[in-house]
Amino acid sequence: MQAFLDTLLGDAAGLERQLGYLAGMVVFGAVVVFGFVLPFAGIVTWAERRIWARIQSRVGPNRVGPFGFLQWLADGVKNILKEDIIPTVADRPLFRFAPYVVMVGFVGAFVCVPFSGDLIIADLNIGILYITAVTSLVVVGILMAGWSSNNRWSLLGGIRAATQIISYEIPASLAIFPAVLLSGTLSMQGIIGEQGAAPWQWHMFHSPFTLLGFGLFFTAALAEGNRTPFDLAEAESELVAGFATEYSGMRSTLFFMAEWGNLYVIGALVTTLYLGGWQVPQFTYNPVLMNLAQVGVFMGKSLACVFFMIWLRATLPRVRVDQLMAMCWKYMVPLAMLSVLGTATMMVALPNGSHTLRMATFAVVVGVVIRFAFKVRFHLKRARKLDYTSLSPGASQGLSS
Amino acid sequence: MQGPDLSVAAFLLLSALTLGGGGGVIFSGNIVYSALSLMVSFLGVAGLYVMLEADFVAGVQVLVYVGGVLVLTLFAVMLTHRIEDIKVSNRDVGKLPGLAAALAMFAGLIAALEVAPWKLPAEGVAHEAFASTQSIGNALLGRYVLPFEVASIVLLSVLVGAVVLSRKEVAEPRVSDDA
Repeated sequence: MQAFLDTLLGDAAGLERQLGYLAGMVVFGAVVVFGFVLPFAGIVTWAERRIWARIQSRVGPNRVGPFGFLQWLADGVKNILKEDIIPTVADRPLFRFAPYVVMVGFVGAFVCVPFSGDLIIADLNIGILYITAVTSLVVVGILMAGWSSNNRWSLLGGIRAATQIISYEIPASLAIFPAVLLSGTLSMQGIIGEQGAAPWQWHMFHSPFTLLGFGLFFTAALAEGNRTPFDLAEAESELVAGFATEYSGMRSTLFFMAEWGNLYVIGALVTTLYLGGWQVPQFTYNPVLMNLAQVGVFMGKSLACVFFMIWLRATLPRVRVDQLMAMCWKYMVPLAMLSVLGTATMMVALPNGSHTLRMATFAVVVGVVIRFAFKVRFHLKRARKLDYTSLSPGASQGLSS
Repeated sequence: MQGPDLSVAAFLLLSALTLGGGGGVIFSGNIVYSALSLMVSFLGVAGLYVMLEADFVAGVQVLVYVGGVLVLTLFAVMLTHRIEDIKVSNRDVGKLPGLAAALAMFAGLIAALEVAPWKLPAEGVAHEAFASTQSIGNALLGRYVLPFEVASIVLLSVLVGAVVLSRKEVAEPRVSDDA
């Protein structure tokens, strides 16, 4: 990004150069936020509803545009036009301010998301630490919203969110360490640079310990993002809508945009740390083509993660509060420690890594995935037989057999 | 670099955030507002660390103070029994004792500033080459390894103490006589 701005600014110096950098960063940031982040959060809501409907043998939104694709725009317009209601007993300034804090914490993470070798707003030295730090603002915003609503459900939701995010920050941060140890840097591009294009060159398959780290990071990130099966903060059946109960119109949309957009941030983090990021084989020396391929690979991997999270949401029930805490402190934190120490030991014992171990880990994972795919296929086939939307009245006799 | 510089504007802005946030903490009557002003102040301090090229310290500042300490503070405030009362006010020791304490603190800080040896990076060190993460890591696990380990023992004893204090008394299961 800086190199691009350098060519653009030519030989301007002093204040003009700094203002140029500032303007360039602001414009690029705005393009990323308005051109990618916000529409993406909207499109994910549509994708989630469609995928969810397919899993539950329903149809889902299919009226607005082809396959209902424009549903997210229609919903957005609807929410903008709605009245922004502020309860009289609420703490007005904080109530109005809270959604922005959540949005800052969420959008701030995109500063360090490496879409390709050159497409990153700023490749900070402390990239991954910066993302963990800036996303912690989300908790403050949620607590603010919960408290200022002056409503018990909101308050309970806010408190649940805070305990959950604070607790799961520990296994999530610990599970970042194996990848950072292997790369020897906190910079996002540095971490990706240490991995290769082939799957067995990813950090995930370095050893069984990093595989464990990958699983822990994914789970803990899901819990930090308040996603089902960890969506206790806004459990509809218990707390109405948790911290967002009193919010209406665009303010409530901002919360949900942050939640769905967060899926992409989680996917991008998992991709960067463990799934090789944008690495593609060097097939051409044309920088534009290379960057396009890298963006494609990065998006493919992170969107696969997003799909997996949507799938999980559609299949898993919500955990209870005590289960949530027991899982975090009794299982995930010790396992994360094991993953960090194991990776460190491996690095001391085998400084160059072991190719056999890599291939073995890779083979085991591929085996599990294939087995799982067969299972899913089997269930899909059985489910189709009972899909009553495709049954004609005469076929109902066949059902009882 | 000669002439006006954006970094001066950034410094003034960050200082205003830090001081304004600090003022909010002290002068606000509502403890939740005080806590949230503290967040503004922490973020300003993190920005000042970035200006000093201590990027790692800045990241840790936000992670630990905003993400940890501040959230736990808010959490504790919200769990207190006066939760319904939206205007929880801070207690006040009076203007004169407060002024005296502030002046004593200020004098102490000025004295510390006078005696502190201010180390600057050598002239030739390029800005990009100065990796604060690496030097902090080397210092912590090299020269300062003993204080580092002692700090971890302190933390461990705090954890054990917290568990002992917060643990519920479990009644001994009564052994029936007819067994």
